Amino acid sequence: MAEQERIQKQRVSRATESAPEVSVDTSKGEQLKADLDDLLDEIDEVLEENAEEFVRNYVQKGGE
Amino acid sequence: MALAKVLGIETEFGIAGGPDQDPIIASSVIVNAYAQRGITHINWDFEGETPGVDARGIAGLTAFAPIVETQLANTVLTNGARLYVDHAHPEYSSPECRTPLEAVCFDAAGEEVLRRAQRAANASLDPANAITIYKNNSDGKGNSYGCHENYLVERSVDFGDIVRALVPHFISRQIVIGAGKVGVETDRPRATRPAFQVSQRAEFFEEVVGLETTLKRPIINTRDETHGDAERFRRLHVIIGDANLSQYASAVKLGATALLLAALEDQGLRGFPPAPRDPVRAVRAFAADPTLRTTVECVDERSRTAWDFQDQLWTLAERYVDERGGAAVAEHDEVRFILDQWREMLDGVRDDPASVADRVDWVAKQRIVDGYRERYDLAADDARLRAIDLQYHDLRPERSLAARVGLRRLFDEPAIDAAVNEPPPSTRAYFRGQCVTRFAGEIAAANWDSVVFDLGDGPLQRVPMPDPLRGTAAMTAHLFETNSSAIDLLAALGG
Repeated sequence: MAEQERIQKQRVSRATESAPEVSVDTSKGEQLKADLDDLLDEIDEVLEENAEEFVRNYVQKGGE
Repeated sequence: MALAKVLGIETEFGIAGGPDQDPIIASSVIVNAYAQRGITHINWDFEGETPGVDARGIAGLTAFAPIVETQLANTVLTNGARLYVDHAHPEYSSPECRTPLEAVCFDAAGEEVLRRAQRAANASLDPANAITIYKNNSDGKGNSYGCHENYLVERSVDFGDIVRALVPHFISRQIVIGAGKVGVETDRPRATRPAFQVSQRAEFFEEVVGLETTLKRPIINTRDETHGDAERFRRLHVIIGDANLSQYASAVKLGATALLLAALEDQGLRGFPPAPRDPVRAVRAFAADPTLRTTVECVDERSRTAWDFQDQLWTLAERYVDERGGAAVAEHDEVRFILDQWREMLDGVRDDPASVADRVDWVAKQRIVDGYRERYDLAADDARLRAIDLQYHDLRPERSLAARVGLRRLFDEPAIDAAVNEPPPSTRAYFRGQCVTRFAGEIAAANWDSVVFDLGDGPLQRVPMPDPLRGTAAMTAHLFETNSSAIDLLAALGG
């Protein structure tokens, strides 16, 4: 009985502790999404102008 | 107690442009541009280099020794690193470091060295021949080049045990530290050609154990070239890793592997997971599945995901640290940091990838690729997605996508600038770097385990450094303070 109570208490306290974390995670997720959207907005200015040619011309010799 | 895990990373960089668009010339221009910034131009001493020696004792009938190129540009830097042309790539081999985080800092310093070399080279080149450099591992057309790790291991550890312990790790760690790749470069059935892979390198591995690094690449490389006292030490040369832009990924790459090696030395194979029946198939299958659901059958007849292997290995490392401490790898706080990050990144890639997009390279890259493809409704093989992949690794700040994706950093610019110029205090790299800093004009050549002086009259004098843990600042800083010339230094060393 005592053991059960202890386990229940642990569960309750864990649930209480984790509650604010969940909301933090959500806002962090939204922030990450917003950051990604910002990056996608500016990416065309960063990418090489002719992607096809750039990718075709990038040829390396094997190494090591 | 396990031997101190002295370690470091060597990176071959991708390179484009240069006079005649020749990668060997471009690589030489890069190395010489850095050397001619007024610092050093020191020859490499090939005495004692034996890259064809095989850890298994015998070379297989089909194995042959790699060729050591002696005619290409090469120098030793004031931070103790080596910068040279390897095949058709500029390569930065970090100085030997004492802890994983120190090695991450000196790996980041390598990026900065290449960036400075690139600026110096391009300042004197026709803009049409400007050189660009990429910290990646393949060209998307089936050509791969390496990012190798090195770890100091007790010679007494059985090589077969190293294979048994590390194969499960090397096939599965890519889900945490892979750098990600758009598309596929090796032959495989159309139905199993993924649009995105976890690792740059995984699909190039064809053998479980072997000596080669350029053909039939093995998961465990047997090159047995100690660069030190071969009676006491082994240098484990690890060729199955991606070059990371995330400093956190580099930290976990080095730290996890070093902890597992220390555990193996101290307590043998206890707790290591069994190997998959077909490790080569496993490493490729895990790479090809960013959902991480793929399972492979193991020799105990159970099936495991890459995540299962990593979970068991993490548990083993954590228990080892609890019971034995992790002093062979680093001090307590650093070991704890590595375990915590390894755990967070491992849980993150499975449960909430966005939460680790600031640390896991392949997740960071995949988010940009997927986001861009969805925004413009592109086909999976659109060249723009491959361009995004390449430019994730571009070293130029104005073109780098890794620099824009919000990766967390462990070291800021002042720390990296210091590591560009000064050696780590913790290993023999300190002695090498100090000699280059102070006496470059009197050094005939240097390599990992010796510095050769030419004092003008008399024979060349070699200072041997067979122990990577000697020649540290604690042991030799006073010699540099009290001896202002190479002659005095050698006299003080008893030479």
